[in-house]
Amino acid sequence: MRYSNRTSIGRWTSTFVAGAMGVALAVTVLAPSAGASGSSAPGVTSNTISIGATVPLTGPAAPGYDEIAPAMNAVFDWVNAHGGVNGRKIHYTYLDDGYNPANTATLTRKLVLQDTVFADVGSLGTPTQTAVQAFLNSEKVPQLFIESGCNCWSNPKYPESFGWQPPYTVEGKILGAYIKANFAGKKVGYLTQDDEFGQDFIKGLDMELPSASVVSRQTYDAATLAGPLSNQVAALKSAGAQVVALATIPAATALAMLPAAAIGYQPQYVISNVGADAPTVGPLLSSFTQKGGGTAAQAQAAAGLLNGAITDSYFAPESEVSNPWVQVEKKLLVDYAPSLYAKSGLDGNTQYGIALGYTFIQALQAAGKNLTRSGLLTAIAKSGMNFVTPGFVPLSYSSSVHYGFQGAQVIKLSSTAPPAVTPTGSWIGGTAVSPVEMTNVGSGPVTKYTGKISTPPKKLVSTS
Amino acid sequence: MRQQGPPRHSLDNTSWLRRFRLPTQPLLRHLILALCGAGILYLVTSSLSPYNDYEIGEIALYVIALAGLSLLTGMNGQISLGNGAFMAVGAYTMALLMTHTQMNFIVELLAAIGAAAAMGLVIGIPATRLKGPYLAGMTLLFALALPPIADKWSTTFGGDQGLTTTVPNAPGNINPEEWLAWIQIIGALITLVLLANLIQSRFGRSFRAVRDDEIAASVAGIHVGRTKVLAFVISAGCAGLAGGFLGLSTGVVNTGEFPLTLSIQLLAAMVLGGTGSLMGMWWGAVLLVYLSQWSTSLSGYFNLGSGASAYLATIIFGVVLIVVMIAAPTGIQGGLRWTWRRILGLLFRQPAVIHPASGLPDDRVPIYQSDER
Repeated sequence: MRYSNRTSIGRWTSTFVAGAMGVALAVTVLAPSAGASGSSAPGVTSNTISIGATVPLTGPAAPGYDEIAPAMNAVFDWVNAHGGVNGRKIHYTYLDDGYNPANTATLTRKLVLQDTVFADVGSLGTPTQTAVQAFLNSEKVPQLFIESGCNCWSNPKYPESFGWQPPYTVEGKILGAYIKANFAGKKVGYLTQDDEFGQDFIKGLDMELPSASVVSRQTYDAATLAGPLSNQVAALKSAGAQVVALATIPAATALAMLPAAAIGYQPQYVISNVGADAPTVGPLLSSFTQKGGGTAAQAQAAAGLLNGAITDSYFAPESEVSNPWVQVEKKLLVDYAPSLYAKSGLDGNTQYGIALGYTFIQALQAAGKNLTRSGLLTAIAKSGMNFVTPGFVPLSYSSSVHYGFQGAQVIKLSSTAPPAVTPTGSWIGGTAVSPVEMTNVGSGPVTKYTGKISTPPKKLVSTS
Repeated sequence: MRQQGPPRHSLDNTSWLRRFRLPTQPLLRHLILALCGAGILYLVTSSLSPYNDYEIGEIALYVIALAGLSLLTGMNGQISLGNGAFMAVGAYTMALLMTHTQMNFIVELLAAIGAAAAMGLVIGIPATRLKGPYLAGMTLLFALALPPIADKWSTTFGGDQGLTTTVPNAPGNINPEEWLAWIQIIGALITLVLLANLIQSRFGRSFRAVRDDEIAASVAGIHVGRTKVLAFVISAGCAGLAGGFLGLSTGVVNTGEFPLTLSIQLLAAMVLGGTGSLMGMWWGAVLLVYLSQWSTSLSGYFNLGSGASAYLATIIFGVVLIVVMIAAPTGIQGGLRWTWRRILGLLFRQPAVIHPASGLPDDRVPIYQSDER
């Protein structure tokens, strides 16, 4: 016998109605605020432009990367303090997606459908931005300067999407060419992240290096990265690799170098720009050593493992304190993002954000007074090559190429170079060991860049 | 029939409300309720902005996953920390079919349910030998083990970028967000009707019998192992459909969408909504979708830094869980039911109804121990 085989109106209907009302209430509470009005394009008024982005401010990808959007915002604050671009001040909304594509999808729709942003600028990540590429393109919202070196952003199917940093394959080719020229005949081993980042980087290396010289190919999984990469390092050592090429995130760089040092293995490291920023990797080397039971002195010495490593950079590194760009960047952070400067100082991530912010300002200026989404894209494709940015090489934008920088300079980290000084300490600086070089993601050769290297303009915003 | 059980309320004799009694035949009753729900949601979606419609669609898809979990835990007494991974199985199945074939998307969604259910069978058979934390541990392992597989065979599963999905074009001038929300709402309503019927059927009774006492159930002729596996398979199938819908919402299927925290959040939201309840899952889903947003605007309001706001969502989720468990041990749905009864009691002065099995007042019996949903 059932305890109750029929139900009065009370339970079922009331709870159902209550449930549905609850949903209704929840959504009405969050009903959209009035959008921008009286303007040529969504998100643009006669005196404002609102743009948005999704970035990881929390979660495993956040350390370091959470500095980029605030650094970009410092550029916008600076420009706004000088009257904005064509009289319009920039409102930048960056939301935390925790590097989860499902969150990116929701938050990007919030930015586009509810907050009515003019463009998505400086959003971070390959998996996250892939998730919203189709949506942004179907809504005709520019997806500008994606913070990822995936080879996938220059796709005729997605005209609204533009990459910015050098594709990982370009980095791999430039570093591969350096290995071929400077470590000829040596055995090379790879240790790469087991995803597009690693695979695209390997693609570049393999184009330059003779396949017989590559003796070991090791990988690690970013999602489960928890301890030293001892197995991979031991395999590289037993294969006799004298040069080890790393496509690693900063934590993985540290987790590869420490077990290698522990077994007395000292190969020549060649590290992708992603995992070689000394003010980011240095503290990780120290803290991992301390957590592993090392003394304070050992921890300090561990940061020195970066000494002698080869990497590449596409703008002047923070240790070159006399470089005019570095001076401008530092002043900008001190004046417009003092709390960020106190926390992180000028490091690879804040520099990256500033350079990206500069790029967007240049694009807005090129698009002119009558700002529209399609006008902005046309301006980037037409005059992107002439934008003044901290990058060594010009941006390579055109109507068919949506990659940004396709060139870099090879850098050697060295304890004899001027150090990079940040609030967290003094870290190994770098010196250039190659001219600025250019190439592309295809089979094009690595060539010396012979053009001019830009200097900061006297006035960032023209007051025309 | 009617005289056999104790009367639900004294309303039976007095109230005008009685005229609104729903039919007792389960299918008919559930269909009527689903249609009422559909009507309300239609009014809601057509009056709100596309972004709100998109969120309602997300709520609907989480209701599907939560309802499956609620059935598994509340009705059958098993715990799963792997339902996020079953969602991934469903999502990848649908996305693979979308990439390589030209099938109707309904067929693809059915395949998503089928694949997740099949995986549920594989995991469910050994899981019947485990209980409590051991079972939770095993399902947790499944949630941990699945994403690296997708990374390993990146040519098949698209690696980091994943596989893109496309929502079929909306008919007429319906905007795409509203159309997507409706696909998901219809999926949720169908799932709820089916589960509500299942719970009232022979299978539902065996689920509860096994939950309450396995030995007694087997003496009564119920095949305990088979019953537990069936509950696991149904729960996995629901997660598979929810995963397919999540893939449609996101526009892409990749491992980043299915972190371990998803499985844990599902479990927490299910408990918040009311373990064993189906209707309560709407509350759980609303909290899943909105809590992080509310915390973001809250931290913006109080001008908290990004570091503090990072943990605010988790803190609020925890606080809500604690408050709800203290104020309404049977979840939000249980609390509402209790409140509604009190209001009726004040209005109609009905005597307290005692739950025969536990001897507790009816409205204090945990949902998972009562026969109600």
